Amino acid sequence: MRADTTARVVALHLAVVAVLAALFFVLPDYHRGVMARVLVLAVFAMGYNLTFGYAGLLSLGHAMFFAAGLYGAGLTAYHLGWSVLPAFGFGIACGGALALVVALLALRTTGVAFMIVTMMFSQVFYLTTLYYTTYTRGEEGLVLGPELRTIGLGGWTLELWEPATRYFIAVALFSVVFLATMALARAPFGRGLVAIRENEERMRMLGYDVHRAKLSAMVLSGLSCAVAGAAYALLFGYVGSSFASIQYSILPLLWVLLGGAATTLGPLLGTVFMFYAVDLTSGYTSAWLLVVGVALILLVLFFPKGVMGTVRRKWLPWLP
Amino acid sequence: MAAVSPLLVTRGLTRRFGGLTAVDHVDFTLPPGEIRAVIGPNGAGKTTFVSLVCGRIPPSEGRILFDGDDITALPAHRRVRRGIAYTFQITSIFQNLSVFDNVALSVQRTLIDRGGGVPARALEAGVLEALSRVHLADRLDLPAGKLAYGHQRLLEVAMGLALQPRLLILDEPTQGLSDAEIESFVALVREIAQRATVLLIEHNMPVVMALADRITVMSNGAVLAEGTPDAIRADAAVQQAYLGSPGDG
Amino acid sequence: MAFGPHLLLATLEGLVTSAVLALMALGLSLVFGVMRVVNVAHGEFFMLGAVLAWFFSTLVTGHPAFGFLLALVLSPLVVAGVALVAERLVLRRLNYDPEATIVATIGLLYIIQQLALTVYGPEARPVQAPFSIRIALPWFGYSGYKLFVVAASMALMAATWFVLTRTRIGLVMRATQYDRETAQNFAIPVDRVYAGVFALGAGLAAVAAVLVVPISQAHYLMGLDPLLLSFIVVIIGGLGSLRGTVLAAVLIGVSDGVISVFFSPTLAKMIATFAVAMVLVFRPQGLFGTAAR
Repeated sequence: MRADTTARVVALHLAVVAVLAALFFVLPDYHRGVMARVLVLAVFAMGYNLTFGYAGLLSLGHAMFFAAGLYGAGLTAYHLGWSVLPAFGFGIACGGALALVVALLALRTTGVAFMIVTMMFSQVFYLTTLYYTTYTRGEEGLVLGPELRTIGLGGWTLELWEPATRYFIAVALFSVVFLATMALARAPFGRGLVAIRENEERMRMLGYDVHRAKLSAMVLSGLSCAVAGAAYALLFGYVGSSFASIQYSILPLLWVLLGGAATTLGPLLGTVFMFYAVDLTSGYTSAWLLVVGVALILLVLFFPKGVMGTVRRKWLPWLP
Repeated sequence: MAAVSPLLVTRGLTRRFGGLTAVDHVDFTLPPGEIRAVIGPNGAGKTTFVSLVCGRIPPSEGRILFDGDDITALPAHRRVRRGIAYTFQITSIFQNLSVFDNVALSVQRTLIDRGGGVPARALEAGVLEALSRVHLADRLDLPAGKLAYGHQRLLEVAMGLALQPRLLILDEPTQGLSDAEIESFVALVREIAQRATVLLIEHNMPVVMALADRITVMSNGAVLAEGTPDAIRADAAVQQAYLGSPGDG
Repeated sequence: MAFGPHLLLATLEGLVTSAVLALMALGLSLVFGVMRVVNVAHGEFFMLGAVLAWFFSTLVTGHPAFGFLLALVLSPLVVAGVALVAERLVLRRLNYDPEATIVATIGLLYIIQQLALTVYGPEARPVQAPFSIRIALPWFGYSGYKLFVVAASMALMAATWFVLTRTRIGLVMRATQYDRETAQNFAIPVDRVYAGVFALGAGLAAVAAVLVVPISQAHYLMGLDPLLLSFIVVIIGGLGSLRGTVLAAVLIGVSDGVISVFFSPTLAKMIATFAVAMVLVFRPQGLFGTAAR
């Protein structure tokens, strides 16, 4: 039964990656930059999707994992002069470690308390970036110079600010996390998460270690979000407190809700759509968050499954 | 008769909720291969007792031994892996997953525990085997929530069976079933008992009398009487507490 | 100024914060206690109260007390009305599902906040206090109005306590909080109670804002900090405990005031936020609340 759909699923996902890569040659310059940004933020959204969509835990604090990657990479590059790859790795490790600690504490709570706890831990992280303003320059932030964003491989030099390099690295990172999510969703672990979300007590009485599953989901989630954060720092050269603010905990929620929680394609769709919607709106008014507010209410009232969730339910049940 | 070490033993098992003692120093022994029924009036502590055994709630006092090992401190999911399966009093399945996926989660569990991953063929075989025992193998792709209530209960039994347990605990399994369904259920339990030990909470007395090798009667959190169906039927204290006066059926 | 008087000043400032915070937290606590939902837009009701207070005060010339009184009466009413609309249109349709409600109130937060930005603008505007008497203490002069705020808050808290514990309406509210289903069985119109409580919660936030706006100013972003502080107060004080809310508000307000004066406001917030997260993890019923039923 399951064997029938593997070919379809893999083909679909590879096709998406191919389209994204090919898009570079079609898009004008401005949009190449936008899409590179969107793809990195989509990785953030996919990371959030692991916790919110698959594990069913509404976290309001995921900005801290993104920011852990951002600052982990950014601070080591800026203050310690680390080169790109070690800084990137360190950023990811920071996110993973933070996710482990937060999960061990936050998973002692459920429901509303979990939401508040995650939100508060994230707020503490945000305030910390503001407090240590000598190192982080707070809201103003740090700009990473070009020498910090260069990778030397043998005789080759990769300049991360160069549009083509940046775009294809973004596509590569996206693809890795995208395909990994696909594999995870179809593996016993992913299916177990969905079942835990459905009926936790029953899963426990089927012999599953529910706590360990949720913990793993959150750590993987934190790692993915940190990948996005670290990549963002190095690809776009800016590290600022605003990325740790509560707004960046709410945006991935919005992206995932819109695109479809617990689907692999949903996060990408949601991020692309909302990013352009906000981009358009902020051309007209500084009150673009209004769009975010209205979108959230409409989604939760009328369209809780999001785009891909509805597609999956109505037409394509094999979508992971 | 050779002495067989008991599968399940509880010693002084107690559970209090605030001022209420729901299970009161229960000593219980269950030999392997037996079908044991636990009966008693509402509020006697039957469900609390089995919840303590399978680990859903922690005891206030006492010990639980399974196959000689002290499992009192073991969390519920580890007890399941040791071989205790439990079906809920109020059917607890995955309503939005298909019938196949429901049982697959159990089969997956046993395959993982055995090591070597979850090959699709083994998964399918395991699911079909469990479902055919409850006669639900023809509805693999139906969302479980769409099944009739009686079939949902059978699905839950299949999920328990697919764990290949050594002790299957059934909490009021015939509640809500039609007479015909109850008949085939009794046959199913007899067949299950050939390979596993069954602990059964039931209110349906004909089912109890038909199935049970021995009966434990609980009242007010304690064991009132224990014995063969005939002995229990004749026991005056049980009759008074539960079955009514000797004149009733 | 010597340390002692400086500490006294910081404490007084903290008490004023506590007074405002207590009212706001009470509103949040009532909504969470009775309806079991978290209203993330609660801070925006506060902000709306302040912005409206500025608006109403500009309508009246002459002695600032007139404008202030007008604001004190009308602002909470308007904000309660807004809350009622939101409750009917959105929250009820979601059946008060906890997660969906949080997402919806986040949306509401942004809508109210950004509408304020659009209509009221990004500037901070002052409102004149109704009177400007200074109380002369041995070490410094202190604003009489600020002391009035503390007194007003205490009066309102007492009135709320009275309503909750001594009137039929209060009984109905507490019954619904205690056991919704049983309340329904006793023909209590739970839907209407919910609407009323939600409006009341918003109204309390608005009153707190009207009281505080002569001290600080009305600004479209002013709702976020009080929201967080209210959360902290409600969680530490424990749900369903009026006494806990008051005590926690005093504790949080005064310590926030003292730490802010002697150290940095950011550090104060960091400590408070971290502390409340830990309380929620390890002692979810707070200091005085009863464990959830």
